[in-house]
Amino acid sequence: MITAALVCVAVLLALAPVAIALAAQMRGSAIIYSASLLACLALLVIALFALLDPAHPILSTTLPVGLPWLGAHFRIDALAAFFLAIVNFGGAAASLFALGYGRHESAPGRVLPFYPAYLAAMNLVVLADDAFTFLVAWEFMSLTSWALVVSHHRESENIRAGFVYLLMASFGTLALLLAFGMLAGSGGHYDFATIRAAHPAAVLSTTVLLLALIGAGSKAGLVPLHAWLPLAHPAAPSHVSGLMSGVMTKVAIYGFVRIVFDLLGPPEWWWSMVVLAIAAPSATLGVLYALMQRDIKRVLAYSTIENIGIIFVGLGLALAFKAQAMDWIAALAFTAALFHVLNHATFKSLLFFGAGCVLNATGERDMEKLGGLIHRMPQTAFAVLIGCVAISALPPFNGFVSEWLTFQAILLSPELPSWGLKLIIPAVGGLLALAAALAAACFVKLFGIVFLGRARNAVASTAREADGFSRATLLGLAALCLVAGIFPGLFIDALAPVAKAMVGNSMPHQAGLQWLTIVPIAKSRSSYNGLLLFAFVLLSGSIAALAIHRLASDRFRRAPFWDCGLPDASPAIQYTASGFSQPIRRVFGTTIFAAREIGEMPPPGSPAPARLVVDMHDLIWDALYAPIAKATGFVTERINVLQFLTIRRYLTLVFVTLIVLLVVLTI
Amino acid sequence: MSMIRDLMSQGGDMLLVLTLAPLLTGFVRKIKARLLRRQGPPLLQPYRDLLRLMRKDVVLAENASWLFRAIPYIIFASTWVAASLVPTFGTGLLFSWSADLIVITALLGSARFFLALGGLDVGTAFGGIGSSREVMIASLAEPAMLIMVFAVAMIAGSTQLSTIAEFMGSSAVGLPVSLGLALVALIIVAIAENGRIPVDNPGTHLELTMVHEAMVLEYSGRHLALIDLSSQLKLVLYISMIASIFMPWGTAAPQAAVHSLALGAAAYVVKLAVCGVALAVFETAIAKMRVFRIPQFLGAALMLALLATLLRFVSGSL
Amino acid sequence: MHGIEFDVAHMLAGTLVLASFMMLYQDRLPALLNVYALHALVLALSVAWQAFIQDAPHLYVTAFIALTFKAIIIPVSLHRIIVRLGIHREIETAVSVGLTMLAGIGLVALSMVVMLRITPGADALAREDLAFALSVVLLGLLIMVTRRNAVSQVVGFMSLENGLVLAATGAKGMPLVVEISVAFSVLIAFIVIGIFLFRIRERFDSVDLQALDRFRGERR
Repeated sequence: MITAALVCVAVLLALAPVAIALAAQMRGSAIIYSASLLACLALLVIALFALLDPAHPILSTTLPVGLPWLGAHFRIDALAAFFLAIVNFGGAAASLFALGYGRHESAPGRVLPFYPAYLAAMNLVVLADDAFTFLVAWEFMSLTSWALVVSHHRESENIRAGFVYLLMASFGTLALLLAFGMLAGSGGHYDFATIRAAHPAAVLSTTVLLLALIGAGSKAGLVPLHAWLPLAHPAAPSHVSGLMSGVMTKVAIYGFVRIVFDLLGPPEWWWSMVVLAIAAPSATLGVLYALMQRDIKRVLAYSTIENIGIIFVGLGLALAFKAQAMDWIAALAFTAALFHVLNHATFKSLLFFGAGCVLNATGERDMEKLGGLIHRMPQTAFAVLIGCVAISALPPFNGFVSEWLTFQAILLSPELPSWGLKLIIPAVGGLLALAAALAAACFVKLFGIVFLGRARNAVASTAREADGFSRATLLGLAALCLVAGIFPGLFIDALAPVAKAMVGNSMPHQAGLQWLTIVPIAKSRSSYNGLLLFAFVLLSGSIAALAIHRLASDRFRRAPFWDCGLPDASPAIQYTASGFSQPIRRVFGTTIFAAREIGEMPPPGSPAPARLVVDMHDLIWDALYAPIAKATGFVTERINVLQFLTIRRYLTLVFVTLIVLLVVLTI
Repeated sequence: MSMIRDLMSQGGDMLLVLTLAPLLTGFVRKIKARLLRRQGPPLLQPYRDLLRLMRKDVVLAENASWLFRAIPYIIFASTWVAASLVPTFGTGLLFSWSADLIVITALLGSARFFLALGGLDVGTAFGGIGSSREVMIASLAEPAMLIMVFAVAMIAGSTQLSTIAEFMGSSAVGLPVSLGLALVALIIVAIAENGRIPVDNPGTHLELTMVHEAMVLEYSGRHLALIDLSSQLKLVLYISMIASIFMPWGTAAPQAAVHSLALGAAAYVVKLAVCGVALAVFETAIAKMRVFRIPQFLGAALMLALLATLLRFVSGSL
Repeated sequence: MHGIEFDVAHMLAGTLVLASFMMLYQDRLPALLNVYALHALVLALSVAWQAFIQDAPHLYVTAFIALTFKAIIIPVSLHRIIVRLGIHREIETAVSVGLTMLAGIGLVALSMVVMLRITPGADALAREDLAFALSVVLLGLLIMVTRRNAVSQVVGFMSLENGLVLAATGAKGMPLVVEISVAFSVLIAFIVIGIFLFRIRERFDSVDLQALDRFRGERR
């Protein structure tokens, strides 16, 4: 089976040069995307077989490519099977969406060759079983996605986005390189099997954890290493944005889980404090940034940061419980994190694809130029509404279930003996609850300003509904959001082998429970039944509608809107995006973004208009990135002198270096 | 046989909260009027208002979407289901295990999500005011509620509301400090979520002081009736929650005999009346806050809930 | 030892911490004084309850002193003073209320950790009571630090002293003579501070410390 998987990956890689040839042709993009769709579906089926097989086999193989004494190891175990399923599910959805969306691509030659290569690279990262293959595939993934980010190179902001992305990606790979180097030790045994069997010292493990957190965390988007994400994810074409946010961040999480939960061995008790201390502020800050944005894709990119924070909170809790050998609670936290991985891949892809449809239909990404699209694009609006409700963690959709499971894990945390964790975890719970409430606010704003109301601009009033492939993908993803919310027990049982492999235990078997309830620990403690809740709400709503329509009245008539009797019909009186988030900006933003509203009044007697300026600063950029950039610039300015020396000076440099090396040799 | 009885008990509970909701609102209005030395509207006036609204035509704005027409039903369904999950006259109702306090909070959150969307649907300025203020209030009230749920769940050992109510009714509970702090936090959150003074004025006609009323400005007829009924249900829900957790006396145990269910129902009505009087007195005695004092008010609730949770985390090991 | 009586004592100590938080929340001076009166009332109740369960009648006298002086006389006189000084309408806080409350939570967490670390052998409830008392002291200091007005700093100082009294009574009693001297020192301090406030007000027409800072003669 693993050879079949590798063959599919090879097919994807082979599609890249084919795409170069086909790019200019009429059906070129359709052929490439259909082929990618088929390859991803095949890989998805393979991954599901490996995950759901009750015998839980571990399949591995070694190919004689790469380093001569190492070869290239590939393996599918439970963890790899799950993430392989996620990657290919996202890839299949993106390919299906791109069959419709890709027709509007203005520069297909710059997108088509890199797209299947990107999918292949992500699959290779998950399949890799030794450090060399992993890192080569990781870099390949970064490079192909970089090429996709700068594919629309005529806009300068995309070039800047690509530059920052490349820098941060290289930095992340460097961290991972160091981590794997330390794990491999002086013997140079890069294959994971040897690393797993070795037992490194505590200092070494801690350093590897920190490096893995930096390397994988920067790719996933943890604060403060997140700065590239809101620049790069919106710059790519929408189907690739969906892949980057929904899938590539999950590949980064796979890297983190593989290193920390699998290769490092038994964790120290305080590692979880580091992870939690970074994850919880990421969640809250991500959504606060998202609330301040006007660009639809930027909102979605910052919201990815929030959800990655939530996933890492679950992983941090799992680490804490694993360190105390409370593996049944660790399984709960770990399953919650992985379930959220699935949920986020689903609804974030859905939302990015919806943004892509809006972009295609109107040419605009700025919320303040849109509005009223629910009338022009009803099916897209419906699917995006489902996505917004799901990402706001509202029942009966899937976002709520993973959030509920994470809260249940937090409620079991008083069992932990460590004082530091006892003080941190209530704060983490508070930040998570705050992030969830702010996310709901953010997506009310997104959906309300873009789809509801009246069109603020001519392009919004002439938008056309998206094509069939796009709509099918959107509605399919929305249906999955509902299914995962109503039947969570199935997904929890599917995740059981992964939890068992990584933390030593799994959650109780859910499938046999009465009425398809899920019970995370014990029935007396807590239980949740999504199906019953959904049926209940649907039934009550229908009974109310039927009763009222029969017994009272069902007539209506149309009239101009009331608005307290004010007659102005201009769409400019509607709330703007920044106006909607003004109360939240005033409550939270004055400290976190140093947000100030400055009203510039003209002098009396002047007919010039007054201006309201909102002044905000990205404090993390100013405190961390800008000084580093300045320092680098300063140092490179000084070193640049070396470019302009005379020949004699160059010869002197060579001579001095030779002398120094000879001296070192003698010492 | 017992399944039928349980089903009737659950159904009876749902109808009870539905019928008592307008009565509670009428009662609170009457007490407030009496405190201000007015006669006030009759007790049954909210029922008459709802019937009148139900029979009227709905006037829809020309650009209102299908979502605008569906939202009142969604809000009503979510709120009614959440209200029927809260123990009233007896714990251990048939479907109480399918949802716990976190689910109830989230159901109310989804009702609020759709209400805020309804405010933005027609594209007026007042709808935007209401929605933006409502999500600001929600962004602090919901975390405060969730953290309070944590504190109470850690005391009672479960997040299911009936289990918590039974635990509070038993003698094992003692009088922990966290419970007092959680009560204060819950009262503050309940005031904010129900849009009572000092957070929002339910009887105002000035648009710039509205939060809830501004969002529903464009609704009329049966839609407005459903939204009004939902807010009345929400008030009953919160008061029932406070009563079942903090005033557990007289509640019937699961599988209880009919006479103890009747006693539970009578105790429940008394608790509603007591809380209604307390709410009326509080609303009359205090003035409405300016809008940006509300985040500080709710921040205080959040801090108190966080303190209660912290104390449970810390004292659990002592 | 963990009966309902100790739960009530614990609850009263927790209510004192709650009252300190309420003081942090107030942004106007008359409201602050009213909450301080409540603070002193809760202290009196707490000390009276301790007198009841420890069977120590001299603590009733302490409770009575707290009730009359700190809950009635001092707030009423301060109300009169601020009306005379004309500062009863001003906004108070130097740091925003939200950040102050967040700092307050941090201080309570800190005092819990400190108390639970340095008293490993004692009874659990006594350790928590001591932690509450330390929280009240620290919150009193926080009030003094985050307020501009000299009167509100006096209130902060007095609430700090309430916390000390709570700690002393909780630790199984304190001789009456110590309490009398403490009460006298509070009274003297209050009189002195009152006189100073009047002199400052006469001279500079304001007791706002940030404005007064300009007259100190140092340039920063």
